[in-house]
Amino acid sequence: MFKPTRRETLALGAGGLIASMIGPQGMAHAAVGNTLTIAFNVNLPAFDPTVGPSAVNPTIQAIYRSVFDQFIAQKPNLSFEPGLLTAWGWSDDKKSIWMDVREGVTWHDGSPFTAEDVAWSLQRAGDAKTGNPIQFIWGTLSNFKVSGKRVTADAKQFDPALFKWMAFLTGYVLPKAYYEKVGAEGFEKKPIGTGPYMVDEYQGNAFLRLKANPKYWGGKPAFETVVFKFVTDATSRVAEIESGSSDVTLEIPYEEYDRLKAKKGLAGVATPISDIGMIFINNDAKIPKEVRLAAHHAIDKQAIVKRLLRGYGVPIDTLQAPEYEAYDASIKVGFDEKKAAALMKAAGFGPDKPYKTTLQTTRGLKPKDYEMIQAIVGMWRKVGIEAQIEVYEVAKHFELRTSHKLAPFAFYNWGNAIGDPSTSTGHAMFSMSPHSSWKTPDVDAKIGPLWGEADEKKRIAGYKAADKYIAEEGAVIPLLQYVQPIVFKAELKVTPNVSGALQPTLVKKA
Amino acid sequence: MIASVLVKRAGMAIVTLFGVAVVVFLLLRVAPGDPIAMMIGAGASASDIADLRARYGLDQPLLVQFGIWLAGVLRGDFGVSISLRRDVLELLAERLPATLELAGLACTFAVVIGGAVAVLGTLLRRRKGEAVLDGVNGLLLAVPDFVWALAFVLLLGVLWPVLPLSGRMDPSVGVPFVTRFYLTESVLTGRFVIAGDIIAHMVMPVLALALPLAAVIARILKDGLSEAMVQDYVLLARVKGMSELRLVVGEALRNAVGPTLALTGVQFTFLIGGTVIVERIFAFPGIGSMAIDAVINRDLPLIQGLVLVFGALFILVNLAVDLAVVALNPRLRHG
Repeated sequence: MFKPTRRETLALGAGGLIASMIGPQGMAHAAVGNTLTIAFNVNLPAFDPTVGPSAVNPTIQAIYRSVFDQFIAQKPNLSFEPGLLTAWGWSDDKKSIWMDVREGVTWHDGSPFTAEDVAWSLQRAGDAKTGNPIQFIWGTLSNFKVSGKRVTADAKQFDPALFKWMAFLTGYVLPKAYYEKVGAEGFEKKPIGTGPYMVDEYQGNAFLRLKANPKYWGGKPAFETVVFKFVTDATSRVAEIESGSSDVTLEIPYEEYDRLKAKKGLAGVATPISDIGMIFINNDAKIPKEVRLAAHHAIDKQAIVKRLLRGYGVPIDTLQAPEYEAYDASIKVGFDEKKAAALMKAAGFGPDKPYKTTLQTTRGLKPKDYEMIQAIVGMWRKVGIEAQIEVYEVAKHFELRTSHKLAPFAFYNWGNAIGDPSTSTGHAMFSMSPHSSWKTPDVDAKIGPLWGEADEKKRIAGYKAADKYIAEEGAVIPLLQYVQPIVFKAELKVTPNVSGALQPTLVKKA
Repeated sequence: MIASVLVKRAGMAIVTLFGVAVVVFLLLRVAPGDPIAMMIGAGASASDIADLRARYGLDQPLLVQFGIWLAGVLRGDFGVSISLRRDVLELLAERLPATLELAGLACTFAVVIGGAVAVLGTLLRRRKGEAVLDGVNGLLLAVPDFVWALAFVLLLGVLWPVLPLSGRMDPSVGVPFVTRFYLTESVLTGRFVIAGDIIAHMVMPVLALALPLAAVIARILKDGLSEAMVQDYVLLARVKGMSELRLVVGEALRNAVGPTLALTGVQFTFLIGGTVIVERIFAFPGIGSMAIDAVINRDLPLIQGLVLVFGALFILVNLAVDLAVVALNPRLRHG
């Protein structure tokens, strides 16, 4: 029998140590097999998709949609399809809703998914005590009844976007029996859903490992294992994909995107997503209409996209992106320096007598945000607007926005993954919304009647009219629709998602 | 003597930590950024916002909030993280070991390398080699840890990809650990393959953190050694025929190490601060990377817990260094 001496034991240990340090790297560079590794740009703070700040983070929905199913599913082009609900609708009097629940679905622990889970999830979402940030939608439903596979509920008022919200933030079905058994903390430690992937291992700030759900109602996923590596630093994400340590990554600088996609063995896709860059205007600042319009006309958005974003961006003049239902291509403001100068002159201002103001912006939150604002300030200066740049953080922006204390002009972005006009123009421009910085009766009069409009054609036409009016009034300055860059190994095929959620189910072997 | 130093410093530590708690609590409340504003949906009403504020206890007067928090801390209850929705103390206990292993390894590496460079520099004094060594040391001093981190990412992660770029261990490793000290535990339990994987993940962050500290140690220790090398006891030993290496290591080092040790303690606290950025770059799951997320999300209970832990670490490290200096110096030891 081999009895190693102490020296031999140490030597064997050291040998094993060195071998293991070198060994795993060979695996990391292997071609894509049954494991898909995604270098992800944000951390996953919590598993419950219905509460806390992560519940309203659009990027994290990629992970939530892997583990859980939404009431209603959404295709990559933002159109809707059956999820855990197979059919849904409003009663004829628009006072209640009905939902038919998918049959034959099981939770990750093997227990059956039922209509009770749907009723409980909606009821819980509407309960203010749970802290659901979209409680203002879910709280309008009450008196849930379950009969076979059908769930019904009363609605406080008709909301044409209600079912769209069921495919959006916090619109997830959670397991009633399991959640009640393990509680909120137990659920965070061992979450289960009905989604295509099951949680296998989670290390906060490091990685999440998922295993394919073999019994998934939508068919077995393409990869046996999916690893989300939480790599929040963009340079590190570039290194992850370039070194072959990860198979897919996203949200990297456009310069790097262009360089990487040209490299052998890598491919890329860049798609406009449901996220726009815009300049909020605070009506309390009482900026003259001519100055507001001049500020819009003075911005050469095409040049900004071309020179700062290497062409990755879509200039827009309304809060609707082309993929949204109420997008109206005829609404044009356009770059016109002469017109801007004339408007400024009419307001009594010009390069010799500038209109002094403040423009707030983030720095480093979105691609070239600060540089973009610097360019805009330069363009404004030419027509007689002298803006002082003030950099703020995300938290500060939200504090100012919800307390209606943003600077006269404030740059930020606005996501709208369901593409409904109420979740773009509606909440961004209606005075009752905590996120609106333009609170005036004339715009309210355009948007107000649309909240409960049952005639969909009339509602969409109403929002188009509101957008036209807003553009004519210069109540907001939409700048561009962002483009999301994704780089991946050439042996993969990635279907880009307009919502911006890079779901593993959208990645296949080429 | 050591006992009296210990008692005095422990008392000061409590006062300092209380001061840190008060300052952090107040600063966080007056600093811009509202955690509730960041999590409300687009159509939330004023009452929805008030409900959320009440849920996280942010509707109470400042003094009441502080009293509740302090009473909780004294009971060992640091509150619940707003963004991670978990017990703050549990989260800290989960993440702190990773940072301690990282910082501990970086500090050990810095001491070894810095010490070796100082000894070598002393042996090479007044020769060409000394200038070269000083030049390299100056470079290491001038480059901050995060620049080293990015340089290593490009060099050892991309151009010559021999080391893993992110995380604490390979995601495919599924070995259960009893403690959160993964490296220590895997070495102690003889799981060398796992230990190797963990070390491989730590090489780049450790180097990034250690190199600037090693340069500081090398410079201070070399100055101390140079001073000691002209003392009478060293001259006597030289006259007795002792070799240069033995003179430096056996005689001068013992007397030169005191100031270096004190400085290393102070620098170690900076090194822990440096983990915030380095952990971010390497996606290393310690308290540093958690601190950034906590600040971005204005997760007040978590930031408060993190600052207290950082504060306690600084105090403990400095206390340990002070005790070590006293223990090593007979003049201080005997009053």
